[in-house]
Order: sequence, then structure tokens, then C-alpha cells
Amino acid sequence: MAVLELARVSKHFGAIQALIDVSLRIEPGEVVGLMGDNGAGKSTLVKIVAGNYPPSDGTVMMEGRTVAFHKPADARGEGIEIVYQDLALCDNLTAAENVYLGRELTRGFGPVKVLDYRAMFKRAAELFAELKSETRPRDLVRRMSGGQRQAVAIARTRLADPKIVLMDEPTAAISVRQIAEVLNLIRRLREHGIAVVLISHRMPDVFAVADRIVVLRRGVKVADKPIAHSSPEEVTGLITGAIETA
Amino acid sequence: MAASLEDSIDRRVHGNWLSWLVSQQTFWVSVAAVVAFVVLTFASDVFATQQNLFNVTRNFAFVAIIAIGMTAVIVTGGIDLSVGAVLVLSGMVVGMTMHTGTSIWVAIPLALGASLLAGAINGFMIAYIGVPPFVVTLGMLSIVRSLAMVLSNNRMVYEFGPDQPKLLALGGGFVSVSLPFVDPIRVPSPVLFLIVLLLIASFLFRWTRWGRHLYAIGGNERAATMTGVPVKLVKVSVYMFCALCAGIAGVLEVGWLGTVTTSLGQGMELSVIAASVIGGTNLAGGIGTAFGAVVGAALIEVIRNSLILLGISTFWQGTFVGGFIIVAVLFDRLRARSANE
Repeated sequence: MAVLELARVSKHFGAIQALIDVSLRIEPGEVVGLMGDNGAGKSTLVKIVAGNYPPSDGTVMMEGRTVAFHKPADARGEGIEIVYQDLALCDNLTAAENVYLGRELTRGFGPVKVLDYRAMFKRAAELFAELKSETRPRDLVRRMSGGQRQAVAIARTRLADPKIVLMDEPTAAISVRQIAEVLNLIRRLREHGIAVVLISHRMPDVFAVADRIVVLRRGVKVADKPIAHSSPEEVTGLITGAIETA
Repeated sequence: MAASLEDSIDRRVHGNWLSWLVSQQTFWVSVAAVVAFVVLTFASDVFATQQNLFNVTRNFAFVAIIAIGMTAVIVTGGIDLSVGAVLVLSGMVVGMTMHTGTSIWVAIPLALGASLLAGAINGFMIAYIGVPPFVVTLGMLSIVRSLAMVLSNNRMVYEFGPDQPKLLALGGGFVSVSLPFVDPIRVPSPVLFLIVLLLIASFLFRWTRWGRHLYAIGGNERAATMTGVPVKLVKVSVYMFCALCAGIAGVLEVGWLGTVTTSLGQGMELSVIAASVIGGTNLAGGIGTAFGAVVGAALIEVIRNSLILLGISTFWQGTFVGGFIIVAVLFDRLRARSANE
């Protein structure tokens, strides 16, 4: 059964059609590369799945059940985690505090709930070690490199034991070595049966790690096929419109 | 080997508490306050007397109590200009209620309730309707002060019914603390309230989810929203917290003065914001501590007091306080610039 399914989803903002009749099925443990030019509707699609706003038309289904997300917490409750392009980090907080932002661990002293920093630092350190990242839990995010920030954002998704992780341009602003690490992480998520939607402009990254590729152009899905049956040349053509559909 | 490398990095980044200490603005403001204190002790015969120190600590307590609330608001990236007006509203509600012979146990909850209501309206307009904090709280300043005038018909109230001694003791009383070798120190009761509030606020800011969410909102509001922090509720609560601090200060100040007029707390928002900023709170949000706010308030009051003792016209006070705000912000900018390079 598909972990996430979109059925004829459309979204318009006033007169602007951002998404038109997009249908999409994502199976557990599948890595789907979502590609398209700027303004093709990738971000809109991500925001609908993330619960930032509802679709104008169509339905979203998780494991066969129709779901309606009114806020991001609803989507997270269903097991959807997002790594945003700008990573959604607070510069003034530590790595561990960012990982646990919005779901901080607490210890109860009667009615008083006190933050359990020790447990948060410990678990965050484990997550960073798992990512083979040099990020230290007590460091302020302000002082971190792009790769370290990425690790913080990805570590955040690992907390929740998600069913599906959406990554918006995770390899856009980091070093070559860190890209290889992020791609390895995506493979590890797949091994755990977690589906990954990888939104990226970087063709080599998508072809290195994805099982299937979906191309959007001007809000319409123009391709949805196994990566083995496609090629970077074909995808480039689909993105630019040189090839109509595939 | 790898572990020892990690350790040494860790030590370099976190281990050196001295370098951490000197990088804190609060530390330098504390040093400035202590230096001013020592210099004044020698420069003026009056400064270090029991009576003067009693006055200084009591005077600064009112500003410091509100500055703690203001710091919470500024940390979220907001501002609350209505604190002086909320102070007079709270004072007027407690004064007028007790004037009619009502018990202090009814009057104080009423006053604090009125303050919380003003804060809740501020917070609601800012969080749910999206009006800029500056505009909302500026409007609230005008509304609340005018309501205080309506309530009292702009009269001076100085008869507080049967519970009057309790109110006067609350704001004007003191507790004697006996120490070895020196005379017992009289601690004004507003200072006791300040200490309790400081401990509670420091705990809340550092050790609760609410506190961390304040800093998260100030650091990156969008990130906080996306990770599921209840941003709107936190914002409403922080303006209520600030208004509550102003309300508490209002009750205490009326108790100290023994009268309440509608000019109480006029222009106080400037001193409060100054205390917070001088104490290391970043006006852009995300950085600030309750302790810093209290130290900032103390420094302002010491300077103010010293100008009087040294015989400098009180007209100069605004110049000094204003200058301090600018210098504090300037230091912050310079530090941020050197950190980026």
C-alpha cells in the first residue's frame, strides 16, 4: 500500500495555478526524485504535504486513508517529516535545542515540567554520530558550517521515526563530502523502510540515490518513471519543455 | 586519538568559562555597576549610607520588575510600549477598589486581572491579527492611561480603606536582614518581590519549553512555526507576562507612594526598555536574560542617583540614560561584526 498518495491535487493562489491535477503514489522505502524548474510547483506540493496549506482540489491519502492537514503538526502526527530548504533553524539556539525544537524532552517534578537537557544532548550526539557528522550538540547553530546545519535539520527528522521524509534541496549549499554523507543518509532511511522525496536541482544527486523520478512543469506532472528507464538528458528535456511528456 | 581531538575541541569551544564570561554583555554591565558603586562610595559621603542604598534599591526594583517582563517580550522580537500605562491602570484599580472599602485580597487580583487583560489584548492583536507590536502597544498605552483617568476622574487617591496599612506595608515596608559584623540591612519589600520574580523568570526562560520557545521565536519565527511551536499562544502569553510584571510593579509602587495619580509611570517604558537593552537584550530578538535586565536597571538607577548626589541637574538624566542605550546597542553591533569576521 502506498505510504503517501496524492489524487488529482490542484492548488491555485487567486488566478495563479500552482498545481494542476497532480497524482502521485509513494511506496514505503522508496526514494523519489522530484524535479522541475523554479515555479514548477515543487514547493507548493511540499507545502501541501507538510500541512502548511490545504489543496484547492483533490485528496491526500496516507496508507489508504484520506487525511486533511490543518497545520504542520497534523502532518507530523501522520509521520511526515520535512527538511526545508532554508533548514528552518534558529541561529541563537544550540544544535540539540534545534533538533528538539517543538518537541523538547522534559522531566516532571510534580506539576512542573523541566527541560531534560542531558537527555537531549545525549540523543542529539547519537544522531550526529549516526550521520557521521562533526556537529556537536552544544554548539550554537550561528557558528556552524552549511553541512553541519544540514545535519541538524536531518537529525531533527530522525527523532520522530517518520514514515516519509521530504527533503527540499538538501544538497544545494554543502561541500562535496557532505553531499556524499547526505546521500548515504537517504539510503539509510530507505533501508529502514522510510520513503524519501528528494526535491533537487542537482541531477547527479537524484540519479545517484533515487528509485523513481517525477518531473513537474508549470504545475503539471509530465513524467513519473523508474530512474533506470530515464536519463539525465531526458529529464533535462522534460524540465525545460523540450520533451513534452515521458 | 579521535576522542581526545573531540575533547580538546570541546574544551576550546565550551570549557573556558572565563572567555565565555568576558563575552557576555551582562558581565560588563555588572562590572560597570560595581565600578560606579565603588567610585561613588568615595566621591560622595551620602551614597554608601544605609538610607541612600535603601532608596536606590527600592527605586530600581520597580523598573527592574517590569524590565524582566520586557526582556521576555523583546526576546521574541517584539516590544511593549504600554507598560507604564498598565502600571498606572493596575495602581488605579487597586487604589479605587480599596478606596470603596473593599478588601486588599479582592483589589490586588482585580488590578492584576486588569493588567493581564491589557496584555492579552496586546498579544491577541499582535499574534492573531498581525498588527506590529509597536503600533498595538502604542495604542494600548494611550487607551489604558485614559482608562485610568476615567476610572479616577483624574483625582489623586490616597485613602485606601480599612486595608490601607497592608497595602502600604506591601510597597513601602522592609525586611531586616542581620549580618555578622555590620548593622542589619533593611531590604525594601519591592526588592524581595524582584528577587522572587527574577528567580522564577530565570527558571522559566532556561528550563521550560515556554522559555525556550521565546528564544526560538526571536531567533527564527518561521522555523518555530514550522517545527510546531505554538507561536501565537506563546506570543499572547509573553505580552500577558509583561503586563503582569507591570501590574505587580503598579501595586507595589502605589503601596510605597501611598497615593496614586494618573501621571504615575509616565515615560517609564523608556527606562524599562533601556534597562533591558543595557542588560544585554538584543532588540532584534533571540538574546537576553532576566538577570541582565535587573543589572541594567540597577546601573541606570546608580547613575541617576549619582547625578543627584554629585549635584548635577536632574535635567541631565535623560541625556545619560539615552547615551547609555546607544552605547549598549553600539557595543552589541561591534561585537556582532567582529564575531562575523
